[in-house]
Amino acid sequence: MLAKLMSWFLLGLVRVLTGAQARWLGCPPKAEQRIYFANHQSHADLVMIWAALPRELRGITRPIAAKDYWTATPFKQWITTAVFNAVYVERERKGDEDPLQPLADALTQGDSIILFPEGTRGHTGDPQAFKAGLYNLAQRFPQVVLVPAWINNIQRLLPKGEVIPVPVLCSVTFGAPIHLDQGEDRKVFLERAREAVIALRER
Amino acid sequence: MNSFLRSLSPGQQVGLLFVALFGLLLLLSIGAFLASLRERPDTPEGDSSRAELRNFEGVLRASWLMAAVFWVGWASGETVATVLFALVAFFALREFITMSPTRRGDHRSLILAFFAVLPIQFWLTGTAHFDLFTVFIPVYVFLAIPVVSALANDPQRFLERNAKLQWGIMVCVYGMSHVPALLVLDFPHWDNDKNAFLVFFLALVVQTSMVVQHLAARQLRRKSALMLRAPEISSSFSWRAWAAGMAAGGVLGGILSSMTPFKPGQGLAMALIACAAGSFGHLVMKALKRDRGATPWGGGVASVTGATGLLDRVDALCFAAPVFFHSVRWYFDL
Repeated sequence: MLAKLMSWFLLGLVRVLTGAQARWLGCPPKAEQRIYFANHQSHADLVMIWAALPRELRGITRPIAAKDYWTATPFKQWITTAVFNAVYVERERKGDEDPLQPLADALTQGDSIILFPEGTRGHTGDPQAFKAGLYNLAQRFPQVVLVPAWINNIQRLLPKGEVIPVPVLCSVTFGAPIHLDQGEDRKVFLERAREAVIALRER
Repeated sequence: MNSFLRSLSPGQQVGLLFVALFGLLLLLSIGAFLASLRERPDTPEGDSSRAELRNFEGVLRASWLMAAVFWVGWASGETVATVLFALVAFFALREFITMSPTRRGDHRSLILAFFAVLPIQFWLTGTAHFDLFTVFIPVYVFLAIPVVSALANDPQRFLERNAKLQWGIMVCVYGMSHVPALLVLDFPHWDNDKNAFLVFFLALVVQTSMVVQHLAARQLRRKSALMLRAPEISSSFSWRAWAAGMAAGGVLGGILSSMTPFKPGQGLAMALIACAAGSFGHLVMKALKRDRGATPWGGGVASVTGATGLLDRVDALCFAAPVFFHSVRWYFDL
Protein backbone atom coordinates (compact mmCIF):
# COMPACT_ATOMS: atom_id res chain seq x y z
CA MET A 1 0.00 0.00 0.00
CA LEU A 2 2.70 2.43 1.07
CA ALA A 3 4.84 1.29 -1.84
CA LYS A 4 1.97 1.90 -4.24
CA LEU A 5 1.50 5.44 -2.91
CA MET A 6 5.22 6.03 -3.14
CA SER A 7 5.33 4.87 -6.74
CA TRP A 8 2.45 7.22 -7.64
CA PHE A 9 4.18 10.06 -5.88
CA LEU A 10 7.49 9.37 -7.63
CA LEU A 11 5.81 9.04 -11.02
CA GLY A 12 4.06 12.37 -10.50
CA LEU A 13 7.24 14.01 -9.31
CA VAL A 14 9.31 12.73 -12.23
CA ARG A 15 6.63 13.84 -14.70
CA VAL A 16 6.43 17.33 -13.23
CA LEU A 17 10.20 17.72 -13.11
CA THR A 18 11.21 16.07 -16.38
CA GLY A 19 8.17 15.28 -18.50
CA ALA A 20 9.41 11.61 -18.40
CA GLN A 21 9.08 11.26 -22.12
CA ALA A 22 9.80 7.91 -23.75
CA ARG A 23 10.73 7.87 -27.43
CA TRP A 24 10.42 4.39 -28.90
CA LEU A 25 12.40 4.93 -32.11
CA GLY A 26 13.94 1.52 -32.75
CA CYS A 27 11.33 -0.81 -31.26
CA PRO A 28 7.83 -0.64 -29.80
CA PRO A 29 7.20 -1.08 -26.09
CA LYS A 30 6.46 -4.79 -25.93
CA ALA A 31 6.11 -7.38 -23.19
CA GLU A 32 8.93 -9.64 -24.34
CA GLN A 33 11.95 -10.43 -22.21
CA ARG A 34 14.48 -7.67 -22.67
CA ILE A 35 17.69 -6.22 -21.33
CA TYR A 36 17.57 -2.44 -21.58
CA PHE A 37 21.06 -0.97 -21.37
CA ALA A 38 21.60 2.75 -21.03
CA ASN A 39 24.12 5.49 -20.30
CA HIS A 40 24.58 6.34 -16.63
CA GLN A 41 25.04 9.94 -15.48
CA SER A 42 23.04 10.27 -12.30
CA HIS A 43 21.34 8.21 -9.61
CA ALA A 44 18.09 9.57 -11.01
CA ASP A 45 18.69 7.45 -14.16
CA LEU A 46 17.11 4.50 -12.47
CA VAL A 47 13.95 6.42 -11.57
CA MET A 48 13.84 8.11 -14.95
CA ILE A 49 13.91 4.97 -17.10
CA TRP A 50 11.46 3.28 -14.71
CA ALA A 51 9.03 6.20 -15.09
CA ALA A 52 9.42 6.32 -18.86
CA LEU A 53 8.30 2.70 -19.30
CA PRO A 54 4.57 2.14 -19.76
CA ARG A 55 2.78 0.80 -16.69
CA GLU A 56 2.37 -2.70 -18.14
CA LEU A 57 6.11 -3.06 -18.63
CA ARG A 58 7.11 -1.42 -15.36
CA GLY A 59 5.86 -4.41 -13.38
CA ILE A 60 7.96 -6.96 -15.27
CA THR A 61 11.10 -4.84 -15.69
CA ARG A 62 13.62 -4.73 -12.86
CA PRO A 63 16.37 -2.10 -12.65
CA ILE A 64 19.84 -3.09 -11.51
CA ALA A 65 20.93 -1.07 -8.48
CA ALA A 66 24.41 -0.75 -7.00
CA LYS A 67 24.24 -2.56 -3.65
CA ASP A 68 26.62 -0.28 -1.74
CA TYR A 69 24.67 2.88 -2.61
CA TRP A 70 21.06 1.70 -2.66
CA THR A 71 21.20 -0.31 0.57
CA ALA A 72 23.12 2.36 2.51
CA THR A 73 20.03 3.53 4.41
CA PRO A 74 16.80 1.69 5.28
CA PHE A 75 14.82 4.18 3.19
CA LYS A 76 16.93 3.65 0.08
CA GLN A 77 16.71 -0.09 0.55
CA TRP A 78 12.94 0.05 1.00
CA ILE A 79 12.41 2.20 -2.06
CA THR A 80 14.53 0.03 -4.34
CA THR A 81 12.99 -3.19 -3.04
CA ALA A 82 9.33 -2.28 -2.57
CA VAL A 83 8.84 0.32 -5.28
CA PHE A 84 11.34 -0.48 -8.05
CA ASN A 85 11.67 -4.20 -7.32
CA ALA A 86 15.36 -3.73 -8.08
CA VAL A 87 18.07 -6.36 -8.39
CA TYR A 88 21.14 -5.53 -6.29
CA VAL A 89 24.56 -5.97 -7.72
CA GLU A 90 27.98 -5.68 -6.07
CA ARG A 91 30.21 -3.18 -7.80
CA GLU A 92 33.35 -4.81 -6.39
CA ARG A 93 33.93 -8.52 -6.74
CA LYS A 94 33.87 -10.23 -3.33
CA GLY A 95 35.40 -13.67 -2.98
CA ASP A 96 34.28 -16.35 -5.41
CA GLU A 97 30.73 -15.08 -5.80
CA ASP A 98 29.69 -14.32 -9.34
CA PRO A 99 28.52 -10.70 -9.28
CA LEU A 100 26.21 -11.45 -12.20
CA GLN A 101 24.33 -14.22 -10.36
CA PRO A 102 21.44 -12.01 -9.12
CA LEU A 103 20.95 -10.72 -12.67
CA ALA A 104 21.02 -14.21 -14.10
CA ASP A 105 18.45 -15.28 -11.49
CA ALA A 106 16.12 -12.45 -12.49
CA LEU A 107 16.45 -13.34 -16.18
CA THR A 108 15.85 -17.02 -15.43
CA GLN A 109 12.62 -16.04 -13.69
CA GLY A 110 11.52 -14.33 -16.91
CA ASP A 111 11.89 -10.71 -15.84
CA SER A 112 13.32 -7.97 -18.02
CA ILE A 113 16.15 -5.92 -16.56
CA ILE A 114 17.54 -2.40 -16.88
CA LEU A 115 21.33 -2.34 -16.93
CA PHE A 116 23.87 0.48 -16.81
CA PRO A 117 26.91 -1.25 -18.32
CA GLU A 118 29.29 1.61 -17.49
CA GLY A 119 29.05 0.41 -13.91
CA THR A 120 29.55 3.86 -12.50
CA ARG A 121 28.19 7.30 -13.25
CA GLY A 122 30.12 9.08 -15.95
CA HIS A 123 30.50 12.81 -16.37
CA THR A 124 28.88 14.58 -19.29
CA GLY A 125 30.07 13.67 -22.74
CA ASP A 126 30.54 10.16 -24.03
CA PRO A 127 29.80 7.13 -21.87
CA GLN A 128 32.77 5.21 -20.53
CA ALA A 129 33.75 1.77 -21.79
CA PHE A 130 31.12 -0.90 -21.05
CA LYS A 131 31.83 -3.63 -18.54
CA ALA A 132 31.72 -7.28 -19.52
CA GLY A 133 28.43 -8.06 -17.74
CA LEU A 134 26.30 -7.25 -20.76
CA TYR A 135 28.36 -9.58 -22.92
CA ASN A 136 28.18 -12.44 -20.44
CA LEU A 137 24.42 -12.10 -20.04
CA ALA A 138 23.91 -11.91 -23.79
CA GLN A 139 25.86 -15.14 -24.11
CA ARG A 140 23.98 -16.97 -21.38
CA PHE A 141 20.53 -15.76 -22.42
CA PRO A 142 20.57 -15.61 -26.23
CA GLN A 143 16.74 -15.42 -26.41
CA VAL A 144 16.60 -12.11 -24.48
CA VAL A 145 16.30 -9.00 -26.67
CA LEU A 146 18.99 -6.33 -26.09
CA VAL A 147 17.57 -2.80 -26.34
CA PRO A 148 19.91 0.22 -26.19
CA ALA A 149 18.59 3.38 -24.53
CA TRP A 150 19.86 6.94 -24.20
CA ILE A 151 18.79 9.01 -21.21
CA ASN A 152 18.99 12.65 -22.20
CA ASN A 153 19.62 15.70 -20.02
CA ILE A 154 19.43 13.86 -16.70
CA GLN A 155 22.79 15.15 -15.47
CA ARG A 156 21.21 18.60 -15.38
CA LEU A 157 18.32 17.35 -13.26
CA LEU A 158 20.52 16.20 -10.42
CA PRO A 159 24.30 16.62 -10.80
CA LYS A 160 26.60 14.51 -8.66
CA GLY A 161 26.64 15.81 -5.11
CA GLU A 162 23.36 17.78 -5.23
CA VAL A 163 20.24 16.89 -3.27
CA ILE A 164 17.40 18.98 -4.70
CA PRO A 165 16.53 18.25 -8.35
CA VAL A 166 15.88 21.08 -10.80
CA PRO A 167 13.04 20.89 -13.33
CA VAL A 168 14.37 20.25 -16.81
CA LEU A 169 12.85 18.25 -19.65
CA CYS A 170 14.41 14.79 -20.02
CA SER A 171 13.67 11.93 -22.35
CA VAL A 172 14.58 8.29 -22.80
CA THR A 173 15.21 7.15 -26.37
CA PHE A 174 14.93 3.42 -27.07
CA GLY A 175 16.80 2.20 -30.13
CA ALA A 176 16.71 -0.86 -32.39
CA PRO A 177 17.67 -4.11 -30.62
CA ILE A 178 21.19 -5.45 -31.17
CA HIS A 179 22.31 -9.09 -31.24
CA LEU A 180 25.43 -10.91 -30.18
CA ASP A 181 26.84 -12.50 -33.32
CA GLN A 182 28.06 -16.07 -33.35
CA GLY A 183 31.59 -16.12 -31.93
CA GLU A 184 31.81 -12.34 -31.70
CA ASP A 185 34.71 -11.02 -29.64
CA ARG A 186 33.82 -9.56 -26.26
CA LYS A 187 35.55 -6.22 -26.81
CA VAL A 188 34.05 -5.79 -30.27
CA PHE A 189 30.55 -6.51 -28.99
CA LEU A 190 30.84 -4.17 -26.02
CA GLU A 191 32.11 -1.36 -28.24
CA ARG A 192 29.27 -2.00 -30.69
CA ALA A 193 26.75 -1.85 -27.82
CA ARG A 194 28.27 1.38 -26.58
CA GLU A 195 28.07 2.92 -30.02
CA ALA A 196 24.43 1.84 -30.32
CA VAL A 197 23.71 3.83 -27.15
CA ILE A 198 25.72 6.88 -28.27
CA ALA A 199 24.03 6.86 -31.68
CA LEU A 200 20.69 7.54 -29.98
CA ARG A 201 21.93 10.82 -28.54
CA GLU A 202 21.66 12.69 -31.83
CA ARG A 203 18.29 11.31 -32.88
CA MET B 1 -28.96 42.39 -27.69
CA ASN B 2 -26.84 44.86 -25.76
CA SER B 3 -29.59 45.64 -23.24
CA PHE B 4 -30.17 41.91 -22.77
CA LEU B 5 -26.47 41.44 -21.98
CA ARG B 6 -26.53 44.32 -19.52
CA SER B 7 -29.56 42.90 -17.73
CA LEU B 8 -27.60 39.75 -16.84
CA SER B 9 -25.64 39.47 -13.60
CA PRO B 10 -21.82 39.46 -13.86
CA GLY B 11 -21.80 35.72 -13.18
CA GLN B 12 -24.29 35.05 -15.94
CA GLN B 13 -22.32 37.24 -18.34
CA VAL B 14 -19.10 35.32 -17.72
CA GLY B 15 -21.05 32.07 -18.00
CA LEU B 16 -22.44 33.13 -21.36
CA LEU B 17 -18.94 33.97 -22.53
CA PHE B 18 -17.74 30.48 -21.64
CA VAL B 19 -20.71 28.87 -23.40
CA ALA B 20 -19.82 30.87 -26.51
CA LEU B 21 -16.12 30.02 -26.22
CA PHE B 22 -16.57 26.29 -25.67
CA GLY B 23 -19.24 26.21 -28.36
CA LEU B 24 -16.82 27.78 -30.83
CA LEU B 25 -14.06 25.33 -29.86
CA LEU B 26 -16.47 22.42 -30.22
CA LEU B 27 -17.47 23.54 -33.71
CA LEU B 28 -13.81 23.92 -34.71
CA SER B 29 -12.96 20.50 -33.29
CA ILE B 30 -15.85 18.86 -35.18
CA GLY B 31 -14.65 20.64 -38.30
CA ALA B 32 -11.10 19.39 -37.80
CA PHE B 33 -12.37 15.85 -37.18
CA LEU B 34 -14.45 15.88 -40.37
CA ALA B 35 -11.47 17.28 -42.30
CA SER B 36 -9.30 14.45 -40.95
CA LEU B 37 -11.75 11.88 -42.42
CA ARG B 38 -11.13 13.12 -45.94
CA GLU B 39 -8.83 10.92 -47.93
CA ARG B 40 -5.51 12.47 -48.89
CA PRO B 41 -3.23 11.16 -51.63
CA ASP B 42 0.39 10.29 -50.87
CA THR B 43 1.63 13.24 -52.88
CA PRO B 44 3.58 16.29 -51.65
CA GLU B 45 0.30 18.27 -51.61
CA GLY B 46 -1.36 15.55 -49.53
CA ASP B 47 1.55 15.54 -47.12
CA SER B 48 1.51 19.31 -46.72
CA SER B 49 -2.26 19.30 -46.17
CA ARG B 50 -1.80 16.57 -43.53
CA ALA B 51 0.94 18.61 -41.84
CA GLU B 52 -1.26 21.70 -41.90
CA LEU B 53 -4.11 19.78 -40.30
CA ARG B 54 -1.78 18.40 -37.61
CA ASN B 55 -0.54 21.91 -36.91
CA PHE B 56 -4.12 23.19 -36.66
CA GLU B 57 -5.04 20.34 -34.31
CA GLY B 58 -2.08 21.29 -32.12
CA VAL B 59 -3.28 24.90 -31.91
CA LEU B 60 -6.79 23.64 -31.18
CA ARG B 61 -5.56 21.39 -28.34
CA ALA B 62 -3.67 24.33 -26.83
CA SER B 63 -6.79 26.50 -27.11
CA TRP B 64 -8.92 23.85 -25.37
CA LEU B 65 -6.34 23.63 -22.62
CA MET B 66 -6.17 27.40 -22.22
CA ALA B 67 -9.97 27.72 -22.21
CA ALA B 68 -10.18 24.94 -19.61
CA VAL B 69 -7.57 26.70 -17.46
CA PHE B 70 -9.56 29.94 -17.68
CA TRP B 71 -12.80 28.18 -16.87
CA VAL B 72 -11.44 26.31 -13.87
CA GLY B 73 -9.75 29.51 -12.74
CA TRP B 74 -12.96 31.50 -12.98
CA ALA B 75 -15.17 28.81 -11.47
CA SER B 76 -12.97 28.28 -8.44
CA GLY B 77 -11.87 31.82 -7.67
CA GLU B 78 -8.79 34.00 -7.77
CA THR B 79 -6.58 31.81 -5.62
CA VAL B 80 -6.97 28.74 -7.81
CA ALA B 81 -6.57 30.87 -10.92
CA THR B 82 -3.30 32.27 -9.59
CA VAL B 83 -2.05 28.75 -8.81
CA LEU B 84 -2.98 27.60 -12.31
CA PHE B 85 -1.05 30.44 -13.91
CA ALA B 86 1.87 29.67 -11.60
CA LEU B 87 1.84 26.10 -12.97
CA VAL B 88 1.83 27.39 -16.54
CA ALA B 89 4.78 29.62 -15.65
CA PHE B 90 6.57 26.64 -14.08
CA PHE B 91 6.23 24.51 -17.22
CA ALA B 92 7.16 27.42 -19.48
CA LEU B 93 10.29 28.11 -17.43
CA ARG B 94 11.15 24.39 -17.48
CA GLU B 95 11.02 24.53 -21.26
CA PHE B 96 13.09 27.71 -21.41
CA ILE B 97 15.80 26.26 -19.15
CA THR B 98 15.89 23.02 -21.12
CA MET B 99 16.73 24.92 -24.27
CA SER B 100 19.42 27.07 -22.66
CA PRO B 101 22.41 24.99 -21.62
CA THR B 102 23.38 25.48 -18.00
CA ARG B 103 26.44 24.29 -16.11
CA ARG B 104 26.76 22.51 -12.82
CA GLY B 105 27.44 25.80 -11.09
CA ASP B 106 23.95 27.01 -12.01
CA HIS B 107 22.21 24.30 -10.05
CA ARG B 108 21.61 26.35 -6.91
CA SER B 109 20.47 29.39 -8.93
CA LEU B 110 17.99 27.18 -10.76
CA ILE B 111 16.65 25.83 -7.48
CA LEU B 112 16.24 29.42 -6.30
CA ALA B 113 14.41 30.36 -9.51
CA PHE B 114 11.98 27.44 -9.54
CA PHE B 115 11.30 26.86 -5.87
CA ALA B 116 11.69 30.32 -4.32
CA VAL B 117 11.29 33.10 -6.89
CA LEU B 118 8.34 31.57 -8.72
CA PRO B 119 6.17 30.80 -5.66
CA ILE B 120 6.98 34.12 -4.00
CA GLN B 121 6.13 36.12 -7.11
CA PHE B 122 2.76 34.40 -7.49
CA TRP B 123 2.06 34.70 -3.79
CA LEU B 124 2.68 38.45 -4.08
CA THR B 125 0.28 38.47 -7.05
CA GLY B 126 -2.48 36.60 -5.25
CA THR B 127 -2.24 38.82 -2.18
CA ALA B 128 -2.15 42.04 -4.26
CA HIS B 129 1.17 43.31 -2.83
CA PHE B 130 1.56 45.41 -5.95
CA ASP B 131 4.49 47.53 -4.79
CA LEU B 132 6.72 44.58 -4.05
CA PHE B 133 5.23 42.48 -6.87
CA THR B 134 6.44 45.01 -9.43
CA VAL B 135 10.01 45.29 -8.17
CA PHE B 136 10.64 41.88 -6.60
CA ILE B 137 12.16 40.29 -9.71
CA PRO B 138 13.77 43.29 -11.45
CA VAL B 139 15.42 44.55 -8.25
CA TYR B 140 15.93 41.81 -5.67
CA VAL B 141 16.09 38.65 -7.77
CA PHE B 142 18.27 40.51 -10.28
CA LEU B 143 20.94 40.62 -7.60
CA ALA B 144 20.22 37.34 -5.82
CA ILE B 145 20.64 35.06 -8.84
CA PRO B 146 24.18 36.18 -9.82
CA VAL B 147 25.25 36.13 -6.17
CA VAL B 148 24.26 32.48 -5.84
CA SER B 149 25.95 31.75 -9.19
CA ALA B 150 29.15 33.51 -8.12
CA LEU B 151 29.23 31.51 -4.90
CA ALA B 152 29.21 28.35 -7.03
CA ASN B 153 32.74 29.33 -8.09
CA ASP B 154 32.50 28.83 -11.85
CA PRO B 155 33.53 31.87 -13.96
CA GLN B 156 33.07 30.21 -17.34
CA ARG B 157 30.55 32.12 -19.51
CA PHE B 158 29.27 33.69 -16.31
CA LEU B 159 27.46 36.63 -17.91
CA GLU B 160 25.86 34.47 -20.58
CA ARG B 161 24.56 31.87 -18.13
CA ASN B 162 23.16 34.46 -15.76
CA ALA B 163 21.62 36.50 -18.54
CA LYS B 164 19.79 33.41 -19.76
CA LEU B 165 18.46 32.61 -16.35
CA GLN B 166 17.38 36.21 -15.75
CA TRP B 167 15.63 36.24 -19.10
CA GLY B 168 13.83 33.02 -18.37
CA ILE B 169 12.60 34.38 -15.06
CA MET B 170 11.57 37.74 -16.55
CA VAL B 171 9.60 36.21 -19.42
CA CYS B 172 8.10 33.11 -17.85
CA VAL B 173 7.58 34.16 -14.22
CA TYR B 174 7.39 37.96 -14.19
CA GLY B 175 5.45 38.18 -17.45
CA MET B 176 3.05 35.37 -16.69
CA SER B 177 2.38 36.61 -13.14
CA HIS B 178 0.85 39.79 -14.58
CA VAL B 179 -2.04 37.81 -16.04
CA PRO B 180 -3.59 36.72 -12.71
CA ALA B 181 -2.60 40.14 -11.29
CA LEU B 182 -5.41 41.56 -13.43
CA LEU B 183 -7.87 39.57 -11.31
CA VAL B 184 -7.03 41.50 -8.15
CA LEU B 185 -7.02 45.02 -9.62
CA ASP B 186 -9.50 47.29 -7.87
CA PHE B 187 -11.37 49.49 -10.37
CA PRO B 188 -13.67 52.27 -9.12
CA HIS B 189 -17.32 52.06 -10.30
CA TRP B 190 -16.82 48.48 -11.45
CA ASP B 191 -17.77 45.15 -9.95
CA ASN B 192 -14.48 43.38 -9.22
CA ASP B 193 -16.09 39.97 -9.73
CA LYS B 194 -15.96 40.84 -13.40
CA ASN B 195 -12.17 41.16 -13.49
CA ALA B 196 -12.06 37.75 -15.16
CA PHE B 197 -13.26 39.65 -18.24
CA LEU B 198 -10.03 41.65 -18.23
CA VAL B 199 -7.95 38.45 -18.39
CA PHE B 200 -10.17 37.27 -21.20
CA PHE B 201 -9.93 40.57 -22.98
CA LEU B 202 -6.14 40.44 -22.87
CA ALA B 203 -5.82 36.79 -23.89
CA LEU B 204 -8.41 37.05 -26.67
CA VAL B 205 -7.11 40.22 -28.33
CA VAL B 206 -3.48 39.06 -28.19
CA GLN B 207 -4.29 35.57 -29.45
CA THR B 208 -6.53 36.93 -32.21
CA SER B 209 -3.90 39.35 -33.41
CA MET B 210 -1.29 36.55 -33.46
CA VAL B 211 -3.57 34.23 -35.43
CA VAL B 212 -4.56 36.94 -37.90
CA GLN B 213 -0.92 37.90 -38.36
CA HIS B 214 -0.07 34.25 -39.06
CA LEU B 215 -2.94 33.85 -41.55
CA ALA B 216 -2.14 37.17 -43.26
CA ALA B 217 1.49 36.12 -43.70
CA ARG B 218 0.31 32.88 -45.29
CA GLN B 219 -2.04 34.68 -47.66
CA LEU B 220 0.71 37.11 -48.65
CA ARG B 221 3.11 34.23 -49.26
CA ARG B 222 0.59 32.55 -51.54
CA LYS B 223 0.41 35.72 -53.61
CA SER B 224 4.22 36.00 -53.39
CA ALA B 225 3.78 39.43 -51.84
CA LEU B 226 5.35 38.61 -48.48
CA MET B 227 8.10 41.12 -47.66
CA LEU B 228 10.04 39.63 -44.78
CA ARG B 229 11.38 42.29 -42.44
CA ALA B 230 13.84 40.02 -40.63
CA PRO B 231 14.20 36.82 -42.68
CA GLU B 232 17.13 35.57 -40.57
CA ILE B 233 14.93 35.57 -37.51
CA SER B 234 11.38 34.95 -38.62
CA SER B 235 10.17 33.36 -41.84
CA SER B 236 6.78 35.04 -41.45
CA PHE B 237 7.24 38.50 -39.91
CA SER B 238 6.33 41.30 -42.32
CA TRP B 239 5.01 44.76 -41.61
CA ARG B 240 1.87 44.21 -43.67
CA ALA B 241 0.94 40.99 -41.86
CA TRP B 242 1.78 42.64 -38.57
CA ALA B 243 -0.50 45.60 -39.37
CA ALA B 244 -3.31 43.19 -40.24
CA GLY B 245 -2.88 41.47 -36.88
CA MET B 246 -2.82 44.79 -35.04
CA ALA B 247 -5.97 45.96 -36.82
CA ALA B 248 -7.82 42.75 -35.98
CA GLY B 249 -6.73 42.87 -32.33
CA GLY B 250 -7.60 46.55 -32.02
CA VAL B 251 -11.06 46.20 -33.56
CA LEU B 252 -11.81 43.19 -31.37
CA GLY B 253 -10.65 45.23 -28.36
CA GLY B 254 -13.08 48.00 -29.29
CA ILE B 255 -15.94 45.49 -29.64
CA LEU B 256 -15.14 43.68 -26.40
CA SER B 257 -14.72 46.91 -24.42
CA SER B 258 -18.33 46.67 -23.20
CA MET B 259 -17.33 43.75 -20.96
CA THR B 260 -14.39 45.65 -19.45
CA PRO B 261 -14.08 48.90 -17.48
CA PHE B 262 -12.95 50.57 -20.74
CA LYS B 263 -14.91 52.81 -23.10
CA PRO B 264 -14.69 51.68 -26.77
CA GLY B 265 -11.88 54.12 -27.57
CA GLN B 266 -9.93 53.09 -24.48
CA GLY B 267 -10.53 49.44 -25.28
CA LEU B 268 -9.13 49.96 -28.77
CA ALA B 269 -6.04 51.73 -27.43
CA MET B 270 -5.41 49.12 -24.70
CA ALA B 271 -5.85 46.29 -27.20
CA LEU B 272 -3.36 47.94 -29.57
CA ILE B 273 -0.81 48.31 -26.77
CA ALA B 274 -1.24 44.68 -25.73
CA CYS B 275 -1.08 43.38 -29.31
CA ALA B 276 2.05 45.41 -30.13
CA ALA B 277 3.81 44.14 -27.00
CA GLY B 278 2.68 40.55 -27.67
CA SER B 279 3.64 40.41 -31.34
CA PHE B 280 7.04 42.05 -30.80
CA GLY B 281 7.65 39.80 -27.81
CA HIS B 282 6.89 36.77 -29.97
CA LEU B 283 9.42 38.05 -32.51
CA VAL B 284 12.05 38.45 -29.79
CA MET B 285 11.43 34.88 -28.61
CA LYS B 286 11.87 33.71 -32.21
CA ALA B 287 15.26 35.43 -32.25
CA LEU B 288 16.19 33.62 -29.03
CA LYS B 289 15.19 30.29 -30.54
CA ARG B 290 17.23 30.98 -33.67
CA ASP B 291 20.17 31.80 -31.43
CA ARG B 292 19.79 28.36 -29.84
CA GLY B 293 19.54 26.81 -33.30
CA ALA B 294 16.02 25.48 -32.92
CA THR B 295 12.96 26.74 -34.73
CA PRO B 296 10.01 25.98 -32.52
CA TRP B 297 10.68 25.43 -28.82
CA GLY B 298 11.71 21.77 -28.76
CA GLY B 299 10.79 21.13 -32.38
CA GLY B 300 7.64 19.10 -31.92
CA VAL B 301 6.95 15.82 -30.21
CA ALA B 302 9.91 13.90 -31.58
CA SER B 303 12.54 16.22 -30.11
CA VAL B 304 15.23 14.77 -27.90
CA THR B 305 14.39 17.17 -25.08
CA GLY B 306 10.76 16.16 -25.00
CA ALA B 307 9.77 19.83 -25.04
CA THR B 308 6.10 20.29 -25.80
CA GLY B 309 6.05 23.76 -27.31
CA LEU B 310 4.10 25.41 -24.49
CA LEU B 311 6.35 28.45 -24.66
CA ASP B 312 5.44 28.96 -28.33
CA ARG B 313 1.82 29.36 -27.32
CA VAL B 314 2.23 31.62 -24.31
CA ASP B 315 5.23 33.85 -25.11
CA ALA B 316 3.10 36.61 -26.67
CA LEU B 317 0.93 36.68 -23.55
CA CYS B 318 4.02 36.80 -21.31
CA PHE B 319 5.24 39.96 -23.03
CA ALA B 320 1.82 41.58 -23.41
CA ALA B 321 0.65 41.10 -19.82
CA PRO B 322 3.12 43.37 -17.96
CA VAL B 323 2.75 46.20 -20.50
CA PHE B 324 -1.02 45.90 -20.46
CA PHE B 325 -1.18 45.67 -16.67
CA HIS B 326 0.97 48.73 -16.08
CA SER B 327 -0.77 50.77 -18.79
CA VAL B 328 -4.11 50.04 -17.18
CA ARG B 329 -2.82 50.87 -13.72
CA TRP B 330 -1.25 54.11 -14.89
CA TYR B 331 -4.23 55.24 -16.95
CA PHE B 332 -6.83 54.53 -14.28
CA ASP B 333 -4.50 55.66 -11.53
CA LEU B 334 -5.05 52.48 -9.49
